[in-house]
Amino acid sequence: MGGLPASPVAPSEHDYALWEKRVDALLVLLTSGGRMTVDELRRNIEALGADAYDRMSYYERWIHSIAQTLIQRGTITIDEFGRKMADSEARAQRGEL
Amino acid sequence: MAHAHHDHHDHDHPHPTRPDQDDRLTYYQTMEIAVRELLVEKGILTADQIRRQVEDMDNRTPLRGAKVVARAWTDPAYKARLLAEGNPALEEIGLDRGPYRLVVVENTPAVHNVIVCTLCSCYPRWLLGLPPDWYKSRNYRSRVVREPRSVLREFGLDLRDDVTVRVHDSTADMRYLVLPARPAGTEGWSEEQLAALVTRDTMIGVAVPRPANP
Amino acid sequence: MSTAAISPRYCPGERVKVRAAYPPGHVRTPFYIRGHSGVVERLCGNYPNPEELAYARPGLPAQPLYRVRFLQRDVWPDYAGQPADSVDVEIYQHWLEPA
Repeated sequence: MGGLPASPVAPSEHDYALWEKRVDALLVLLTSGGRMTVDELRRNIEALGADAYDRMSYYERWIHSIAQTLIQRGTITIDEFGRKMADSEARAQRGEL
Repeated sequence: MAHAHHDHHDHDHPHPTRPDQDDRLTYYQTMEIAVRELLVEKGILTADQIRRQVEDMDNRTPLRGAKVVARAWTDPAYKARLLAEGNPALEEIGLDRGPYRLVVVENTPAVHNVIVCTLCSCYPRWLLGLPPDWYKSRNYRSRVVREPRSVLREFGLDLRDDVTVRVHDSTADMRYLVLPARPAGTEGWSEEQLAALVTRDTMIGVAVPRPANP
Repeated sequence: MSTAAISPRYCPGERVKVRAAYPPGHVRTPFYIRGHSGVVERLCGNYPNPEELAYARPGLPAQPLYRVRFLQRDVWPDYAGQPADSVDVEIYQHWLEPA
């Protein structure tokens, strides 16, 4: 990324949402527990492609990459993800989350 | 004005958490829930560990970095040790040595240092807390390595021609902290008083400590 | 395959050049510095190779990692700052050759 054409730096910051802090926590715990490396995180973020920066926020890229890494390592299957995510959405719609 | 904005954010208490909008989850919020719950169900992590890690990160503010700087300003022998080997010097004053090797770079009248991670967003989190959005932005990461003086000017820092600008790109396993220059007029100040002058942005290198009030 | 530690090849003060290679995969040598020459500022130590860690492999033997200082005016043809301005980059030994 260094040296590519870009615009003025907007000194923006935001208060992190709880889900974002949890993503950060998951990464810290998984890496310190030897379940993945930051290098896999980075590699999977790079694999999202350059337009990921426009499509996804910072922690959206992280959680996607963490999920990919866990799939690659066989820790969680795609089927488990599909079912759990559908279940979570349903619970949210029922106001249970 | 860039300086005023940063002053507002250079306080020492953690930012409040923005509440999630529970009525409608985004795709990625759903993914976070799934990752977290599946890891807990599989016994890989516990809900308690996750909660404690969130709290731990909430409590990490730039105060820790400021404490290191204030000690270095008052104790020249400590400063020398800090510049030679960052991690043991942290332990010396009761801080975590941290998960990465720390390199502390000193601002002098001749040299101004600024930190970036062009490849991702590496940052000395255990000393400063979570990095600001701008540090992680494409604009900062592409431009500060190529035109640091322009970027610093956008932050309100105009450096003279006789000052060398040194950019540090955290590309691998080091993490960096800028040791800002001690402002004039602070002779005899306590470490606590000095630490209050040291903001997050001065330790990244996009600002310098404000002069002491006379 | 030997996993004995790799001895550092370069010393602080020595001039080195970053190889201009462009492999696929996860690489921690920034594009902007490939092909450029600078001076070793310090040896940081030996670390497992991130190119391998990125694929959940051990990345051994650990590679010497250096901080190399480049003059900005050597890196950017239109650099508008001062002649002594520099950029310090961490680079793994296998990306370096003598300048």
